[in-house]
Amino acid sequence: MLFGTRDRRSALARDALALPPLTRASRASALLRLLLVAMVVFAGVAHSQAIQPLPFKNRAEKVRFQHLTSQLRCLVCQNETIADSNAELARDLRLDVFQQMQQGRSDKQIKQYLVARYSDFVLYDPPLQADTLLLWFGPLLILLAGAAVVVIAIRRRSRDAGTTAQVPAGQAPTDNEDDW
Amino acid sequence: MSRLLPLFGFLLLVGLFGFGIWWNTQHDQNEVPSPLINKPAPAFVLPLLDDPTRTVSKASLLGKPYLLNVFASWCFACGEEHPTLMAEGSQLGVMLLGYDYKDAPDDAKNWLREHGNPYRMVVADRPGRTAIDFGVYGAPESFLIDAKGVIRYKHIGPITPEVITKELKPAIAALQKESP
Repeated sequence: MLFGTRDRRSALARDALALPPLTRASRASALLRLLLVAMVVFAGVAHSQAIQPLPFKNRAEKVRFQHLTSQLRCLVCQNETIADSNAELARDLRLDVFQQMQQGRSDKQIKQYLVARYSDFVLYDPPLQADTLLLWFGPLLILLAGAAVVVIAIRRRSRDAGTTAQVPAGQAPTDNEDDW
Repeated sequence: MSRLLPLFGFLLLVGLFGFGIWWNTQHDQNEVPSPLINKPAPAFVLPLLDDPTRTVSKASLLGKPYLLNVFASWCFACGEEHPTLMAEGSQLGVMLLGYDYKDAPDDAKNWLREHGNPYRMVVADRPGRTAIDFGVYGAPESFLIDAKGVIRYKHIGPITPEVITKELKPAIAALQKESP
């Protein structure tokens, strides 16, 4: 990866591995236990990083926060929302969004604030504007083009069916150019 | 003619995918162009790394262009970039301002002691709050800011000798042409 993102997990992993020395009793089971401990620790770490205890006033505020952060892209790991991401920048941005909510700013204002700094890319849904028209309506255009091809092919075939009906049985036309 | 249509369709797709492959070799998919280019840099007041009691602000730097280089001791790619800054930083014709991003001050100082310090001065942004205003989403990133405090150019990722000759020097030359 090109960009550095901070990760404290390696330090925690070292702590997790700093267990008392193994007895001779059963090395395998001790190893297994170590593995289990590590799994639990890592799961805990991931969990605590993903959900930070933000002091929400009520449930509605929490729902609004979750809805808003799940529409915003984390710039570090670009296929994650800032609601999901463990990246440190995502945590900073979550806190930022939360603080702006406390200041009474609307969802739209918060999004504009982030777009001004990180471009439209920060929005998971691209906005409908002149340079995204093809993005929004391209699939529709392709669908229409496909429909046009189907209509033309069917018309041509039914016309050909009218003519081939007169061909005696066993003498199927060799030219099947419209069969695709 | 219509028998050749599928072939044309196929060749069109081959061309499209070929273009996609070529495009991706020329562009970094993770790079998000900054919307702040040719806009005033955000106002900031940040403490000096060496002396946190003294601060540097955007206003105090007006009048001369500078290159703001975001780095951190935890950032691997910054180590790749560093020799280039050491070798060519002083010949750029603009002041090199280090921006220590989300870093422990002692780690940063040790890092600069170990690798050398190419910066005229270094500001520290430990919470990363100002970095959000700059739209920073990783390190290294570099901003060329002109005498009026406008961001004129941004480079995401390590600065290489190639980046300096192809992008940075022309951008700096354009600044110097405006205000001799």
